[in-house]
Amino acid sequence: MSFPWARQYEPQNGFMKWMDEKLPLPRFVYNAVGAGYPVPRNLNYMWNFGVLAGFFLMLQIVTGIILAMHYAANAEVAFGTTEHIMRDVNWGWLMRYAHANGASFFFIVIYLHIFRGFYFSSYKAPREMIWLLGVVIFLLMMATAFMGYVLPWGQMSFWGAKVITGLFGAIPLVGEPLQVWLLGGFAPDNAALNRFFSLHYLLPFVIVAVVILHIWALHIPGSSNPTGVEVKQESDTVPFHPYYTAKDGFGLGVVLIAYFAMVFFLPNYLGHPDNYIEANPLSTPAHIVPEWYFWPFYAILRAFTADFFFIPAKLMGVLAMFAAILVWFFLPWLDKSPVRSGHYRPTFKKFFWFGLIPAMAVLFWCGGAPAEEPYVMLSQIATAYYFLHFLVILPIVSSVEKTKPLPNSITEAVLGSDN
Amino acid sequence: MIRLISILVGLGFTAAVLWAFGNGAYTAVTEGMGERTAEKAFHLHPHAPEGGYSFEGPFGKWDKQQLQRGYQVYKEVCAACHSLKFVAIRDLEQLGYSEAEVKAEAASFQVPGIDPNTGEATTRPGLPTDNFPSPYPNKIAAAAANNNAIPPDLSLMAKARHNGTHYIYSLLTGYADPAVYKNEAGETLAEAFPATMPGTGLHFNPYFANLNLAMAPPLNSDGQVTYAEGNPEPTVHQMAEDVSAFLTWTAEPTMVKRKQTGWPVLGFLLFASILAFLAYKNIWAGVKPKKAG
Repeated sequence: MSFPWARQYEPQNGFMKWMDEKLPLPRFVYNAVGAGYPVPRNLNYMWNFGVLAGFFLMLQIVTGIILAMHYAANAEVAFGTTEHIMRDVNWGWLMRYAHANGASFFFIVIYLHIFRGFYFSSYKAPREMIWLLGVVIFLLMMATAFMGYVLPWGQMSFWGAKVITGLFGAIPLVGEPLQVWLLGGFAPDNAALNRFFSLHYLLPFVIVAVVILHIWALHIPGSSNPTGVEVKQESDTVPFHPYYTAKDGFGLGVVLIAYFAMVFFLPNYLGHPDNYIEANPLSTPAHIVPEWYFWPFYAILRAFTADFFFIPAKLMGVLAMFAAILVWFFLPWLDKSPVRSGHYRPTFKKFFWFGLIPAMAVLFWCGGAPAEEPYVMLSQIATAYYFLHFLVILPIVSSVEKTKPLPNSITEAVLGSDN
Repeated sequence: MIRLISILVGLGFTAAVLWAFGNGAYTAVTEGMGERTAEKAFHLHPHAPEGGYSFEGPFGKWDKQQLQRGYQVYKEVCAACHSLKFVAIRDLEQLGYSEAEVKAEAASFQVPGIDPNTGEATTRPGLPTDNFPSPYPNKIAAAAANNNAIPPDLSLMAKARHNGTHYIYSLLTGYADPAVYKNEAGETLAEAFPATMPGTGLHFNPYFANLNLAMAPPLNSDGQVTYAEGNPEPTVHQMAEDVSAFLTWTAEPTMVKRKQTGWPVLGFLLFASILAFLAYKNIWAGVKPKKAG
């Protein structure tokens, strides 16, 4: 579907006409990300991150395929082949640093993309399906990134794998057999490394498939916008190309500068030094921490330090960690506000900026810190707020809040009058 | 209905985490916020030698003379116990040695080989394509010769510790007598934490994570290694600085190339981003009027 005023694809020459009859792929692209896709004219820079996420997904796939040509998923040699890539493969160091930091930047842009969604309630009808697919993409990304971090087979790879698969051990009755089945052994070893490599190669293509669905679902209602008012007329939109391709091009340039500054000058800043020590099952690192993008959820996992009635603390932590993400699936139905954009929801906006954002910041900070005071108590307060925010505050505030008046149209929001 | 369930679930998780918080707070009040351990009282963060290193910073370059001195310290001191298994001998050419010098250097090592006539395990002189051989045939031999503490491989040591280059330097120069050495609070380890005093075969060093390590001070006297003429005096600090520079190179021989590649990439991207910004403004010029008040 598209708006009736969307530009129609017209093949420019004989070959393109022939192509359009046999396989209208150029038409498809034209309607998806070309001039045939009308987009609200008032998008701000927060709307750059979808395209940027797509860029980093492609970058990860390209660098990853090259790395896989030189890597061997065998516990005996995995660490050594990683060093072989760093030292002997032409530009191998660049590929590996680009891939490791590419994962971090993929998560940076995805977090900004998700929080854009929280603030502007991009999950609300008619865009629920886009949101649900987005959460699926995020879960797939987490699984992919986790398994990718295991592949260099350093100390943090090994112990991270042990801790995370150990979480399944907390499930009553089936937990331990399940953990052994997942790992292919009692501890991470060759079997685990091999299946992680296999899945780490597979899942990015599953992500690509879900991204296609995500964009397909996006094109049914069209893009949201900072006012949250739906598109009504032609003057509310501009064609995606050249208007947003140009804007995304600039956004991509800025993000790439930050990205390559990290790759070339601080390539190990976001990593952990212990991962340059070869995996050793007999020597536990002083502090086992996952990669930074898992820190908020790791903090939630570790916040549950006491048994709650009949539920053991560890199980409670595992439930909470998964619930912290699964709750996002329900947002379209928990947020009852008739207004989308946080700009016009004064109470919601206060809870967002002074509640959710500080809580997330604390969780990020505490998740990377050792499990000692005051970090544990701080993460407990932040965890409490996190669940209150999505499951209690959001449903209540969205029902009772008095919202500000909305502009009549996007055109009015931009120009001051409706035509 | 869904919102009612949601509120109940939300309150459930909140109650559980606040229950844990209450337990923690009670412990904190009755027992204090975590013990003051010997590590907390005595552990020091690594620091750089005076003047720093030539390869630090975004424009850093290797000081090849220094790397050669560092290699000499590694070979004459560290290599007795520590391997450098990820580093190829041929890479020494990057330190400014000629091809012939590297060949001769390689041949000075004996590496494991196979007798071509009998098929028996033997040793042969090294080739530039070999990696540095390990001082011990296997881990068990390494443990047996070192009171069960296996000397770690040094190839990546400078990346395997926080602030690794400075860590190596600080550790090598940081050995102290725990009976005399005073921390910031003015205590000696013997007074404050007698249980943490190094046991037999252990040596006190405030830069080591748990304060006592199995390695005896490897650089213990000025002039332990004789540098060629024209080089600085081989004091303990100089040798420590040189070998930490060398181990930074072994950890990432491509570091300087990486930084030098970075500048043109960033320059190009800056230029391209400015062009992209101008293109963006140009394309939008007709569409985006100034916001009417």
